[in-house]
Amino acid sequence: MSFVVDAVYLSPMTPAAARRLGMRDALGVPGAVLAAGMMGFGALALESGLSLMMALACTAGIWALPGQIVLIEMHMSGAPGALTVLAVTLTAARFLPMAVSLMPVIRAPGDSRTTLYTAAQLLAMTSWAWTMRRCADMPRESRLAYFIGFSLTCWTVGIAATAAGYLLAGSFSPLMRLGFVFLNPVYFVVLLIADARTVLAVCALACGAIAGPLLYYANPQWSVLLAGLIGGTAGYGLQRIIRRRRA
Amino acid sequence: MLELWLLVIAAALGTYLWRGLGVLLSGRIKVNSELFNWVACVAYAMVAGLISRIVIVPGGMLAQTALAERLVACALAVAAYYLSRRNLLVGVGAGVAAIMAMVALH
Repeated sequence: MSFVVDAVYLSPMTPAAARRLGMRDALGVPGAVLAAGMMGFGALALESGLSLMMALACTAGIWALPGQIVLIEMHMSGAPGALTVLAVTLTAARFLPMAVSLMPVIRAPGDSRTTLYTAAQLLAMTSWAWTMRRCADMPRESRLAYFIGFSLTCWTVGIAATAAGYLLAGSFSPLMRLGFVFLNPVYFVVLLIADARTVLAVCALACGAIAGPLLYYANPQWSVLLAGLIGGTAGYGLQRIIRRRRA
Repeated sequence: MLELWLLVIAAALGTYLWRGLGVLLSGRIKVNSELFNWVACVAYAMVAGLISRIVIVPGGMLAQTALAERLVACALAVAAYYLSRRNLLVGVGAGVAAIMAMVALH
């Protein structure tokens, strides 16, 4: 019995099979959670007066919900374009360490640069976490296929969900629309609190959460960027003090 | 309109910058340096600041709801998340249902 299990486990997974596994994984809980978030974004885009095409371009091009929300909120508050781009760019900084740690795992000797740099556009928190976990016991030549299968499926689901949220919110009753617009804030409240497991995350989240509304009263247009820089630096200092006390 | 399109394109490029740079630098830099810790703090704080601002001082449709209603809905969402063994869909669903129920009742 154990021999059979081992034989199945050790049989090398072909790239095609890895791609299919990635697609199947993505269509489970990750796709559902993503679809909920992106439907909320579609509703927010409609409420903010964006065209459907523009909402879809945000999802396809930026492909990071926090950045997309920052873009819409700052645009609505009349912030200068350069400031908005800077803030969106800063929210995406997490992708650098993610890509740096992912590439040595999924890269195989024969992979072309074009494929790798194109695949990088699809990188997101979920695809990073799933690929890092799944690829540990997968042959090297199948790992990129898994990543692309997973993240391309997520990307497609995300774009479709943005369209669905945008189109549905317009035909909903005001009460339903309100629920949809509330979806993103409550999504991030839960996600950020669930994510706050390290001293660094707790300090940064707490300082940011306090700085955000306060700075909004002082200057709405600069508030997002300043909350990040001031709140983040305060949080960074605080976690250093706590770490030093503990050590 | 054109300006907004340029904004979306620039934001997409700015976001891709990190992804592409990560591919380029993988294997060459250490990701657990103090600089990265600071950058992570700034990114966390920016998102946390924006979300807490939207919950506390919202614009648009959410401005019609009371602060207490939004806070109660968020608290219920977090509680539902943990009670459902960390199911994000259950948590978010509970929060959305809560705000809609409270608005429908007043």
